[in-house]
Amino acid sequence: MLGGFNFDIIGEYLPLLLKGALLTIGISVASIFLGSLLGLVVGFGKMSRRWFLHYPAVCYVNFFRGTPLYVQILMVHFGLVYAVLGRTNSIVAAITALSLNSAAYSAEIYRAGIQSIDKGQTEAAHSLGMNQSQTMRHIILPQAIKRMIPAFGNEFITLLKDSSLIAIVAAPEIMYWANAMNGQYMRIWEPYLTAALIYFILTYSLNRLLVYIERKV
Amino acid sequence: MDAIIQVRNLSKSFGTNAVLQDINVDIQPSEVVVVIGPSGSGKSTFLRCLNLLEQPNGGEIVINGQSLMDKKTSITEIRSEVGMVFQQFNLFPHKRVIDNITLAPILVRKWPEEKARAKAMELLDKVGLAEKAEAYPPSLSGGQAQRVAIARALAMEPKIMLFDEPTSALDPEMVGEVLAVMQQLAREGMTMVVVTHEMGFAREVGDRVLFMEQGYVVEEGPPAEVFGSPKQERTRAFLSKVL
Repeated sequence: MLGGFNFDIIGEYLPLLLKGALLTIGISVASIFLGSLLGLVVGFGKMSRRWFLHYPAVCYVNFFRGTPLYVQILMVHFGLVYAVLGRTNSIVAAITALSLNSAAYSAEIYRAGIQSIDKGQTEAAHSLGMNQSQTMRHIILPQAIKRMIPAFGNEFITLLKDSSLIAIVAAPEIMYWANAMNGQYMRIWEPYLTAALIYFILTYSLNRLLVYIERKV
Repeated sequence: MDAIIQVRNLSKSFGTNAVLQDINVDIQPSEVVVVIGPSGSGKSTFLRCLNLLEQPNGGEIVINGQSLMDKKTSITEIRSEVGMVFQQFNLFPHKRVIDNITLAPILVRKWPEEKARAKAMELLDKVGLAEKAEAYPPSLSGGQAQRVAIARALAMEPKIMLFDEPTSALDPEMVGEVLAVMQQLAREGMTMVVVTHEMGFAREVGDRVLFMEQGYVVEEGPPAEVFGSPKQERTRAFLSKVL
């Protein structure tokens, strides 16, 4: 099967694949950023004792964790983005779908991190006269964030790999070009092995970065 | 003199479990009140009601002339006047000792940093830990951590100090250093409410002892009386087990 592995077609497609990699990086970074921000809102909503904040957040997390990302991408692309913009835009759809999906997982990471801090910390801060937001900002979050980093590392790496699914809405990222290469030459190993290698380089670099950050904090 | 803490008909329950029932206590300024009793008797809950870490279900608490049940009373304001020391110290592990102490005065009292630092160093000196100012809490022994926790509470210049079993989590050889700091504080005229199993401390430092059982204050009086000639059978039974 590997006989006659054709490096020429890889050479031909490499500039496109690398351009695709840049788009993958861009979409992933944007989605990680937006997903983390939205996740913070959803996470605090889920921890709220007010029902009108709590229940929507619970539904949000259940929906986005309980349905396939593939389905979400299609709904966002042909439904949401089309309804809002009046036309489809695969990159906007990709960032929106990945951010919405990642927010559900991030929300759980925030919640777990914050609730893992001993309640004695909150009590000590309160006993000193600190209010809720001072306690959160100065006492709870700095300790909780440290515990969230490994979980966020997993989430970011998952998101980067899941971004390959957006090829289905023709966003010209890595898998889009790998599929094109497969279509043009009817070859399996050249396009997909190359794509896998590029993804691996990206996730491995991200992993090293996260290990560095974890050690720094 | 007017009582600095007035507790009237205080009751508290968790679900259907009544942990405090009809508590009535007046505490005078500079008084040291020691609360003793078997575990589960409601001692800690009583203490935690005094700074609203637990919300009472009934009755009234008046501190410094302000009712805690009054909706207009600022909880954070009351709490800045009432320091608390916990069994598990609850130091902030991500902040250096000095920052543990200066944080609340800077955030809550709005002190400039130099003033807060000067106060913190003075207090660290007082509890004998000036050389630990730059250390992080996880590197301290239990006795040191608890003395820092006392300094942290004192930095707010509270009028009242609450101690919730401050020596129960300590190795025996470290109990003395913490009790010494508390004793000095009592001598300086601090109003203190202390939940403890240290009967020696209760006898020597306490002005008054409250014996609690099953949510009630069963007996109260000067330590010499409560320890020497307890009136209630239940007090006698408890003391015979712990002394």
